[in-house]
Amino acid sequence: MKYKILKIIFIFFLLTQKTFALVSVDITRGNLDPLPIAISNFYLDTTITENIKKLSIENKIPELIQNNLTRSGLFFALEKKSFIQKPDIAHNRPRFEDWAFIKAQVLVTGKISLEKEGRLKVEFKLWDIVSATELSALAFYTSPDNWRRVSHLISDKIYERLTGEKGYFDSRIIYVAETGPKVDRKKRLAVMDQDGYGVKYLTLGNELVLTPRFSPTSQFVTYMSYYKNLPRVYLLNIETGIQDLVGDFPGMTFAPRFSPDGKKIIMSFAQDGNSDIYTMDIKTRIVEKLTDHPSIDTSPSYSPDGLQIAFNSDRSGFQQIYIMKSDGSNVKRISFGEGLYGTPVWSPRGDLIAFTKLYKNKFYIGVMRSDGSGERLLTENYYQEAPSWAPNGRVLIFYRETPSDVTGKGGGAKLWSIDLTGYNERLILTETDASDPSWSGLLSAK
Amino acid sequence: MLLNKLNKIILALTVTLFLGACATQQKATTTPTDDAYTGTETVKYLADGVPDRVFFATNKSDLTSAASATLAKQAAYLKANPNLNVVLEGHADERGTREYNLALGERRATAAKNYLISNGIAANRIKVISYGKEKPANPASNALAWSQNRRAVTVKTN
Repeated sequence: MKYKILKIIFIFFLLTQKTFALVSVDITRGNLDPLPIAISNFYLDTTITENIKKLSIENKIPELIQNNLTRSGLFFALEKKSFIQKPDIAHNRPRFEDWAFIKAQVLVTGKISLEKEGRLKVEFKLWDIVSATELSALAFYTSPDNWRRVSHLISDKIYERLTGEKGYFDSRIIYVAETGPKVDRKKRLAVMDQDGYGVKYLTLGNELVLTPRFSPTSQFVTYMSYYKNLPRVYLLNIETGIQDLVGDFPGMTFAPRFSPDGKKIIMSFAQDGNSDIYTMDIKTRIVEKLTDHPSIDTSPSYSPDGLQIAFNSDRSGFQQIYIMKSDGSNVKRISFGEGLYGTPVWSPRGDLIAFTKLYKNKFYIGVMRSDGSGERLLTENYYQEAPSWAPNGRVLIFYRETPSDVTGKGGGAKLWSIDLTGYNERLILTETDASDPSWSGLLSAK
Repeated sequence: MLLNKLNKIILALTVTLFLGACATQQKATTTPTDDAYTGTETVKYLADGVPDRVFFATNKSDLTSAASATLAKQAAYLKANPNLNVVLEGHADERGTREYNLALGERRATAAKNYLISNGIAANRIKVISYGKEKPANPASNALAWSQNRRAVTVKTN
């Protein structure tokens, strides 16, 4: 088992090395060697009431864990039909040879019981089949209707234990839900779990809304709205529903993001044909101007330590990526490849910047180091932009559009995710067309 | 005599060719990517003979000579109707990132606004709004539609 854990880490290491070696347009695809995992159904102990039995969470929790792990591309889930041992017996102590026989390398088992005051106790164990040992065991307490959240937390624990990386399953995605014809698109803010479940619409669609982004605690969202036909940046508390205008600017404010401490909003302000970058302190309302250049300066994104800012500027004549210190000094261009570069977003790990690139009429999502070296393109398409990082910095979400015909039909925006390695590209199903996704941090990190 | 005449013709031809080359060269340097729309499809009119919109080349916000001519007509119309106020809506095509396009739309609308101001229209009569790529005039995904969508539209507000 140790060997397999090492192998996953080793693969990450290799790919990271490769990242820095490649410079030109190169899209690597293929499959890693996913880890065979057996996820047993959980079992309900005798404390469970008839009402809770109806939820059949003993099957749904493992199913959700399995969905999470297989979508990561790092795991291969074995068919439940092939399992020989019953869930309760396996949870106590599995007969390792039975699981080794079906080629499982790790096994997940679990038990659900009811505590006083109606709280659910969900415990799980992770077993190493090869070395016949228990790798970890944990219990979560929650209300029965919160079983999805618990499933995500367990998924993160398994991912962490087996890859040595932080997980990202207990997180949410905010995006813009799109409906209606292209010339009169209705756009609403929507939020959902990272697996696409439990969508909630936060605005009604009466006004155009764009580019929502989570605060570090995921309690607030900053976005742009055309409320009363005045395009401005807003701050929304998604728990209370209260929203505020950000600053008192005599023109369009746009492209907002939070500072990593959540205290400031950084954005562009456009006036007299010129867009510059500003910050506003949310509490004191103090506004600071960071760039002062007659070109377009937009799409600012802080480094996770808050010391630097990446942004988009056409001061060279075309859209390129620049970085500067957080006080606006030391402006330095970092993108020098062929084509146009936009939407820089700093990885939560701090080492990489994700971007959108337009080259020869194709759009690419790519990454480069913060000094501009090691540019690597992950995916090429007709149109795609706006990458946003998963909390562990291993996966990117973005949106992709298809071309429409002469009547405006056929086009549409969808959310996609891709691993930093360039592997495991996946469509994320949404009820409506969707764009401008932004990944939250880990909810449990609050 | 004949030779002299021939010489003159050759000289004239050379001059013409030279000037022709000059003109081409100049055109090439000032408008390297001149794909601004020049037709009348999608165009509406503020009044008879006064088109409501001007078009831009990809990633550009400079006014073409056709755009300046349209704006001159708009300025004359606004002068003749001093109680009329307008909003200039700036737009971009769908082949660019959303946030940059918002800034580009604002830059285009401002270019049109500045032209009206320099032609004697009071600044307080003109508002500017950018829609970036959010409101295409032509929803198709082709070069013609994109050229029709790179625009600044003058809309009466009263």
